[in-house]
Amino acid sequence: MNGVSVGSLYALLAIGYTLVYGILGLINFAHSDVFMLGTYFAFFMIAVFLLPWWLSVLIGVILCAFVGMSIERVAYRPLRNAPRISALITAVGVSFFIENLGLVTVGARPKGFPRPELMKNVYILLGARIQGVTFWVPIISIVILLALFYIVYRTKVGMAMRAVSRDMETTRLMGVDVDRVILYTFALGSALAGIGGILWACKYPQINPLMGIFPGWKAFTAAVVGGIGNVVGAMLGGFIIGLAEILIVAFFPGLTGYRDAFVFAILIIFLLVRPGGLMGEVAREKV
Amino acid sequence: MKDTVLQVEDLHVFYGGIHALKGVSLSVPQGTIVALIGANGAGKSTTLRTISGLVRAKRGRISFEGKDITEELPHRIVEMGIAMVPEGRRIFPNLTVMENLLLGAYTRRDSQGLKRDLDWVFTLFPRLKERTWQKGGTLSGGEQQMLAVARALMSRPRLLMMDEPSLGLAPLLVREIFDIIRELCENGVTILLIEQNAKAALEIAHYAYVLETGRIVLEGEGKKLLEDERVRKAYLGEE
Ligand SMILES: Nc1ncnc2c1ncn2[C@@H]1O[C@H](COP(=O)(O)OP(=O)(O)OP(=O)(O)O)[C@@H](O)[C@H]1O
Ligand SMILES: [Mg+2]
Repeated sequence: MNGVSVGSLYALLAIGYTLVYGILGLINFAHSDVFMLGTYFAFFMIAVFLLPWWLSVLIGVILCAFVGMSIERVAYRPLRNAPRISALITAVGVSFFIENLGLVTVGARPKGFPRPELMKNVYILLGARIQGVTFWVPIISIVILLALFYIVYRTKVGMAMRAVSRDMETTRLMGVDVDRVILYTFALGSALAGIGGILWACKYPQINPLMGIFPGWKAFTAAVVGGIGNVVGAMLGGFIIGLAEILIVAFFPGLTGYRDAFVFAILIIFLLVRPGGLMGEVAREKV
Repeated sequence: MKDTVLQVEDLHVFYGGIHALKGVSLSVPQGTIVALIGANGAGKSTTLRTISGLVRAKRGRISFEGKDITEELPHRIVEMGIAMVPEGRRIFPNLTVMENLLLGAYTRRDSQGLKRDLDWVFTLFPRLKERTWQKGGTLSGGEQQMLAVARALMSRPRLLMMDEPSLGLAPLLVREIFDIIRELCENGVTILLIEQNAKAALEIAHYAYVLETGRIVLEGEGKKLLEDERVRKAYLGEE
């Protein structure tokens, strides 16, 4: 159950990597920082502005969407026709910028994240005691993932996103304002990262400006394992990584310290066996 | 003289240092079929891509129904009423046939008219109707070409630009595509057509331009060009 719970959070975060990669062929390194920002936005709304929990989350997620759109507009769009490596370096730069801005403004010292009662409750499920977070996190995540699938596969803008990811130029010829679709993609991915971050903080209620880095790398691994660019793959990859990580800790407690290294070992082995990822098409090299 | 729908004046286009169009001028009158022919690399596709806003002109002017569209963005140009069947079909393989068609109608807000036009393209291309749920990538080449044309029609264009719609099709299908082009024209759609198959193009075109290394070298009524010595030699493969 704990594996599913962590896995669903990786899934939420992995979607953002995969959406942006699918469309721009860019690894958005700043994505994990949006995840971190989500927790701080919610934290300040709750602890400083004393807003109710649900409203704080909503504002936090909306702010994340705006941050995501701003990153795209300011940092990536001007480089749309530049070599891929320039955009990649910019992505790393944006990530460092946000992390350091965080360190300067809120400091490196972790802050306790105020969890709602719902997450602290203890339930008895089939005779086992289970914490509210372990129970609610996957449920909330799955509802959100279903909403995402609806957007991507059943709405007009989702259709445009899938089209852009295949052939940006022809999508323009269809009368689609591609730059706007890309903005929406960043908004969507960043909102999911924000929700993921807040749920993460409910599970591990210590927040700091560098907290996004490890979940970010693992979610990115999940996206690659699932077949980067593929939304369903990112979700499956998230659950696989989450479960694998928890299982290794459960069966080999001695290896707990290697838990992070283990995740990357999965990545390497997996890519040797299936270079395109779980759902990926190997031949689909984007030019 | 009919109204001019599209007017291109002194168009210059560069790809880096390559001067691909060197002052192309042409005009497309309302309700006609105008053909653009020329050898490989002459600049035919570049001309269409510049009109549709994908490529920027260094110099020159493009106007559509009297409005200057030289600086417009591609999606605005589609909204204004120009659609294109791109070279090489460019079907979205990961989208269903229906989604490909709906994407063609992306700019439209009138759901009634959209439904009517879906029915209309399905009567033009009955084969697509049986395959609405099939992924674009699984269609045969000919079916993809039909889908490319149908998709462009879904925006209800007043000007349809087609870049080699018959490429790679069996002779029977080529005939079919040309019949449909003629039929579209009779329905009031103005057409700017690029074709390798110069003979077929000149036969249905009211007017035609011959492009050679970025310049218009010859123009005239389709039937007249068919009889022109130079055209016969260079493009119809006659001695
Ligand atoms: N993206 C590009 N970058 C650089 N050069 C280009 C590009 N696109 C076209 N060209 C060059 O511009 C010239 C005109 O190309 P264009 O595609 O317009 O020719 P075309 O008449 O459509 O030929 P074809 O009949 O082979 O389709 C060619 O010399 C081509 O190599
Ligand atoms: Mg061409």
